[in-house]
Amino acid sequence: MDEALAVLLVAVGGLAGGLVGVGGGVLFVPALTIFLGYSQVEGESTSLLMIAIVALVGAYRQNTHGNLDLRDAIAIGVLSPVGVLVGVVAANEVPQRALELSFAALVLFVAYGLVRRALSHPPQGRERPQGP
Amino acid sequence: MPSDRLLKLAAIATLAGVFSGLFGVGGGTVIVPLLIFWLAYGERLATGTSLAAIVLIGVVGAAAQGGLYGNVDLLTGLLLTIPAIFGVVIGTEIQQRIPPRAVSFLFAGLLVVVAVELIVP
Repeated sequence: MDEALAVLLVAVGGLAGGLVGVGGGVLFVPALTIFLGYSQVEGESTSLLMIAIVALVGAYRQNTHGNLDLRDAIAIGVLSPVGVLVGVVAANEVPQRALELSFAALVLFVAYGLVRRALSHPPQGRERPQGP
Repeated sequence: MPSDRLLKLAAIATLAGVFSGLFGVGGGTVIVPLLIFWLAYGERLATGTSLAAIVLIGVVGAAAQGGLYGNVDLLTGLLLTIPAIFGVVIGTEIQQRIPPRAVSFLFAGLLVVVAVELIVP
């Protein structure tokens, strides 16, 4: 039963990835830790592997619809390792609860901003990748 | 002198990396809204670009965790990508058929779920 729930949660994680462009990790990690008994670090690490593969398929599909700016995507990917290092260090040095609550506040602020923007009939954002 | 645009991309990359390093996720929850707010992306282009960036972030993270610490369960991870791939393909197709505004609302809903996951002990 737990395995079935894990599979379902992972499928929904993939669905979220296709719908809103996240890697699915927010659902993969709990699927691994809560339903399959992984430790937090094993769950997060295995999730990263899954994310890389699922995001690749998603990006490929989105590219067929013209929804991918490859130059910006590569720039972000290549420039991210410094941030990853900072995040890994912070995860070990800063109290977990402080991190969780600050990010929760930040994330809610962003959610509010997105809803406000979507409701206010803004000029349509860029739909096509930049030219060569 | 790096352009203003490049600085924004670097900031997005760093913030996404921090989020990824902290919580073991891909960073998309940071990338998508910042592409929309800072670089005037439309919702669909933001989600597609985010996924491509996440591939690189995920590969680096998985390689570091797996190569350095042996924390990656290769077999289970690969098996579980099968239902996830079904999900992402279906999700992508649905996204092309709903208004971009709906993508923003769905994303905001996901962010609320993430916030709850972070707040609830």
